[in-house]
Amino acid sequence: MTTLDTTPPPEAAGGGITVADLRIGLTARPDVDVVDDIDLVLRPGEVVGLVGESGSGKTTVGTSLLGYTRAGAMIERGKVLFEDSDVLALPWQQVRRLRGEEIAYVPQDPASALNPSIRIGRQIVELMELRGLGTAESRLQGARDGLAEVGLPNDDEFLRRYAHQLSGGQVQRVALAMAFLPKPKVLVLDEPTTGLDVTTQGMVLQTMGELCRSHGVAALYVTHDLAVVANIADRVAVMYAGQVAEIGDRDTIFAHPSHPYTRALLDSIPHLRQARALSGIPGRTPAPGSRPGGCRFHDRCAFAVEACAEQEPELRERGPGHEVRCLRAGEIGDWDISLGTVPDADPQRAREVILDIADLGVSYGRTQVVFDVGFDVARAEVVALVGESGSGKTTISRCVGGLHKEWTGTIGFEGRPLGHGSRKRSAADRKRIQYIFQNPYLSLNPRLTVEQIVKRPMELFGIASGTEATDRVAELLEQVALGPAVMRYQTNRLSGGERQRVAIARALAAEPDLLVCDEITSALDVSVQGSIVALLDELRRTRGISMLFVTHNLALVRSIAARVQILSAGRVVESGPVADVMDNPREDYTQRLLANSPRID
Amino acid sequence: MSATEQSATTSAWSRFVHQRRLVVGATITVLVILLALVGPLLAPHGENEVTGPPFSGTGVFGTDYLGQDILSRLLYGGGIILLIAVLGTVLGMVLGVLIGVVAAYAGGWWDEVIMRLNDVTLAFPQILLALVILTAVDQPKTWMIVVLIGVSHAPRVARVARGVALGLVSRDFVHAAEALGERRSRVILAEVLPNMNAPLLAEAGLRLTYSIGLVAALGFLGFSTDPDKANWGQMINENRLAISTQPWAVLAPVLIIAIFTIGTNLMADGIAQLSDRGRD
Repeated sequence: MTTLDTTPPPEAAGGGITVADLRIGLTARPDVDVVDDIDLVLRPGEVVGLVGESGSGKTTVGTSLLGYTRAGAMIERGKVLFEDSDVLALPWQQVRRLRGEEIAYVPQDPASALNPSIRIGRQIVELMELRGLGTAESRLQGARDGLAEVGLPNDDEFLRRYAHQLSGGQVQRVALAMAFLPKPKVLVLDEPTTGLDVTTQGMVLQTMGELCRSHGVAALYVTHDLAVVANIADRVAVMYAGQVAEIGDRDTIFAHPSHPYTRALLDSIPHLRQARALSGIPGRTPAPGSRPGGCRFHDRCAFAVEACAEQEPELRERGPGHEVRCLRAGEIGDWDISLGTVPDADPQRAREVILDIADLGVSYGRTQVVFDVGFDVARAEVVALVGESGSGKTTISRCVGGLHKEWTGTIGFEGRPLGHGSRKRSAADRKRIQYIFQNPYLSLNPRLTVEQIVKRPMELFGIASGTEATDRVAELLEQVALGPAVMRYQTNRLSGGERQRVAIARALAAEPDLLVCDEITSALDVSVQGSIVALLDELRRTRGISMLFVTHNLALVRSIAARVQILSAGRVVESGPVADVMDNPREDYTQRLLANSPRID
Repeated sequence: MSATEQSATTSAWSRFVHQRRLVVGATITVLVILLALVGPLLAPHGENEVTGPPFSGTGVFGTDYLGQDILSRLLYGGGIILLIAVLGTVLGMVLGVLIGVVAAYAGGWWDEVIMRLNDVTLAFPQILLALVILTAVDQPKTWMIVVLIGVSHAPRVARVARGVALGLVSRDFVHAAEALGERRSRVILAEVLPNMNAPLLAEAGLRLTYSIGLVAALGFLGFSTDPDKANWGQMINENRLAISTQPWAVLAPVLIIAIFTIGTNLMADGIAQLSDRGRD
């Protein structure tokens, strides 16, 4: 509420949009807020990053700019001031006109926002008809101009395509083009690059930034990844449990983060330049209704004192435009970006090869997707497979895990060749190589309890049974930092990060020597990724487990892997110790991957 | 944590109660089944006892074509039709789900062969298949009718089951089980089937309705185990000539069949919604 005074309305009057004292609650429980005390100013031509973990209410704030809340929530208080009127108080006809025309929204998954049965060109023209833009003759040209603006081809061939004939990045840019066509003054982007690989993400972000600045659009960029925001935002607002924890200029936030939560988020981000011991934030973001009293972050905060549990902190000014919601903001010292860096993995270390891949060629039906790939993995070593989507990295990992059968060449495990599918392998081989899937929402049977899921490999491989197995399940759950309390839960009661821990526990239950990890953190918040990577690293050190780590995140590779294989179009283009490859990349492709990787260092 | 666990059990119950569709459906179903079970004890007259002239107004619902009391025959005639319908449905569901899930899980060539054979059997109308077999035997046994109903349901259930299973067999948790080297039968029984509850329950409700219709139709056409015994389906046939003078003789069995099928369908819908909502 204090912000209202420090950010006078005139600033927004010239354009942009102002959120003032916004509170959104649950319709069913009026005493519970989803977001509370939100004050936010978006100036024209400015990109503001809104950052937070899942459940922090960032998307709720984003859609409130359009006067929208999802079912079950309602705007209880506050204003969204746009061009001298309050969006929240306007009649719905006017709000409808505003949406899309003045205030545009780009959703997380644009593929589901495009109509799959209408050609791209027709869809854009229809949008202009709906918005009354241009004349019947000029609209097609308008569509072409719009596509050109986002760097897409605009010939007839492209206009005639359907959404499924475009790549993920192209779809995202079509969505951007459609959002920009009515020349909106405000743009809300809800994690539009989640799920895209770094190269595509880089292009989309650059396009977006350029368009916002050249058109004077005020943009709100909602994401869980501070690293993405570091590259595009002018100002950053960090949200936690429905409140803004810290807000300020980008440089201030990244150079002098003053809220312990902002620091914890920054600490969980891997760097490109140097390996780090990543850390997560203990616990999980509390859901509306179960948020603690006092400072909402105090139960997860490393700096909390008694007063934090009793007194609810207000947003207080720390510097020009820099506000922090923390009682101890001035007392906790300065943050150091190089804190937590560790030496890169030593390339000279003795290697005892456990997995040896040679001349691997993989095909799906008649299409060959992987050509002549060869590399090895040593005991207690992490080897990363990195590349854009479609580079074949997941395909290779699936062959190693026994999930894909159509391959040629050899995959040797401790000198013995492995069979082509899991059913062609011995029980010992199946036990010792465990595969962890990308999406923990799909890889755990929703009908089984956590105990049943984790216990199964033990029963199958005759490791333990009965109460002994139950004890081991409890042990494993303790080890992956879940605790035995979740044993009787079905997985739908767990968050994404917790589910992925269950999947890791299931893999560990088989007592494997090699873990195949297929983008296991890409569906998770950065903070959760930090704690999962820390867990894996501990397993590697204490149990001597080797890992084949598939990812498109090069910064993550630096922190977890010793060696890296860079893949492009099914071939290894560059490989070697992580520090060598990343400090002195030889190939253009590797350099491009590095250049496009979001970074905070 | 213990507090949330407690609330999990109570909320399962409260969810059940709040699911009005389920409560109403279950109540109707149970009442009709009870009526069919204890009916013979409550009946004012014997099953084949003549209480008055044919199609007369004697008794609550009057008398039928032989002068037997309609109410008594109604109370006697439920057991057998419900028994056959339920057993036939269970058989049809088991067979059909097995065929469908195996086809979906095996995939490729196997899927094609199984489903095309399935299509061939689908081409026969359900009632026709039953009639062809039943006319061939002199006196049909109860188990024959059950098997016929089950077999005629199976290809229809199989199509639905395959469709549902197709969406599941490509999910990662099935791949995970395969990577562990689980036996195929276990992948089907422990990983795929439990996730098919909701749509299969809805299908079972629908199939039970059809079963009752089928048993009733067979009874109507004269194919029942014992022509002297009361049977809701057969009663419709026996008395249809007098539908204008003695409508209750036909209407009473029709209504009770209708009420029962509405009940079972509401119940199946409710269970499906309930198990769906439990998910997320």
